[in-house]
Amino acid sequence: MKVGSNLEKVLTAGYFAATGELGPPKNADPEVVRRKADLLKGNVDAVNITDNQTAVVRMSSISVGIMLMNLGLEPTIQMTCRDRNRIAIQSDLLGAAAFGIKNLLCLSGDHQVFGNHPMSKNVFDLDSMGLLRMIKDLRDEKKFQCGEEIKGPAPAFFIGAAANPFADPFEFRPYRLAKKVAAGAEFIQTQIVFNVPKFREFMERCGDLGLLDKVHILAGVSPIRTAGAAKYMAAQVPGMDVPEEYVRRMEDAVKGIPKEDKAGRKAAWEAEGVNICVEVIQRVREIPGVKGVHIMAIEWEESVHEIVKRTGLYPRPQV
Amino acid sequence: MIVAEQKSLEEIKKLLAPYEKVLIVGCGTCVTVCFAGGEKEVSILASALRMATGLEGKPKQILEATVQRQCEYEYNEAVADKLKEVDVVLSLACGIGVQTMNEQFKQIATLPGLNTTFLGQPTEQGVWAERCQACGDCVLATTGGICPIARCSKSLLNGPCGGSQNGKCEINPEVTCAWNEIYDRMKALGRLQEMLEVTPSKDWRTSRDGGPRKIIREDLRLTK
Repeated sequence: MKVGSNLEKVLTAGYFAATGELGPPKNADPEVVRRKADLLKGNVDAVNITDNQTAVVRMSSISVGIMLMNLGLEPTIQMTCRDRNRIAIQSDLLGAAAFGIKNLLCLSGDHQVFGNHPMSKNVFDLDSMGLLRMIKDLRDEKKFQCGEEIKGPAPAFFIGAAANPFADPFEFRPYRLAKKVAAGAEFIQTQIVFNVPKFREFMERCGDLGLLDKVHILAGVSPIRTAGAAKYMAAQVPGMDVPEEYVRRMEDAVKGIPKEDKAGRKAAWEAEGVNICVEVIQRVREIPGVKGVHIMAIEWEESVHEIVKRTGLYPRPQV
Repeated sequence: MIVAEQKSLEEIKKLLAPYEKVLIVGCGTCVTVCFAGGEKEVSILASALRMATGLEGKPKQILEATVQRQCEYEYNEAVADKLKEVDVVLSLACGIGVQTMNEQFKQIATLPGLNTTFLGQPTEQGVWAERCQACGDCVLATTGGICPIARCSKSLLNGPCGGSQNGKCEINPEVTCAWNEIYDRMKALGRLQEMLEVTPSKDWRTSRDGGPRKIIREDLRLTK
């Protein structure tokens, strides 16, 4: 046990973990956070807070993390390399640690071309590998990235990283995961899994590399809300692999419901989206080495309770 | 080589608006090779400006010249005489040439007619691509000769990131994923093992991040 966060305890005790996600608001309103937190509380072991996801300016991950702690939830803050140099990152993390935040997910970050400020300066002082190593050294060596010793309490995080089993080159992905583990990653949250066989192949390769008992891998899952969303993810989102079968199921879900019955169609899509998510969770749970799921119900936090109930993940273990 | 592109005619006209007599000075080196500011481009731009300003009823007087290399005083001396005849100089050299002219001939303003863009390679006729970021600490030996600083959109040292798909970068399907290229090259060279080591974070001091750079070679200086 490195840090003693709830997520770390759940994983170390051998329970199948369930983490959630909260996208902060594009304004200074704390009510949005409270509403989403309410929907997630009790349904997951920890809640990820994205860091200006897709380079769109949102309330910062750490500030929302503090709000969640005050509301009785455990946050997993996220930190990308896109917007902050090593000085700002270490500075923000000293503050986060001072507030008692314990889980941290390290990412390279989506390029700013995706967001609402493509004209901004591109930082990338570090990459996710350098970020992992820096955070590990802050905790275990009690040293800043420059090598200077930290006098007094050093920030200590349960260190997470992302993995995309579906990106190219496919054969290199398990090796890149091995590098992240060597650099300091202790838990992994993957990109959303729809292509279960391909994910299984990735996990088998990770097993060959001896990674499965070195790091806790949580499979990313997400309930699709509409057929349009399914098609968008299949065609437009980099690094996402959505099998044709699921796109078709979403399209078929509204067969027989007239176009004017918007409420009916919405309900049908949402029901099927949750069905697919539940199935994916049940299937990935059978893959050796999968220690939990990371449920990304973006702007649909309401769906999380049903998902965890139907997959036997509710109530969450008290550790 | 340095790669640059001409500013739009609109922008150039705006820059030249306060002036009547203009000397356009091209450069015979990099900008000639990328067809942005050589002798021919100077001539074409001069004609375009004469026509455009003529049509607007306020014809400007445009003189033309091209020097071998606009970043060196000795070559720019060739245009010194012409400066008396004009109100402003429009340089079609890279930003270095523009600055050299301003420094060398303080009595007159030299304005940029180009946008200096990057250090790159002519990959095929009519196409230039960025290759080097002049980071001051070359790592090409470790990446199979493909630069991750210049050619990876995130300048990763331990790529590829999760946005690499079919050998392309997440930002644009026209952009090649540098790390995919590096992976393929290291594989072909039988050096894939090296990609398993975590490359430590870069010291950016040797790059522009450390401040404007200068190299002094005492062994080559004439004055001490």
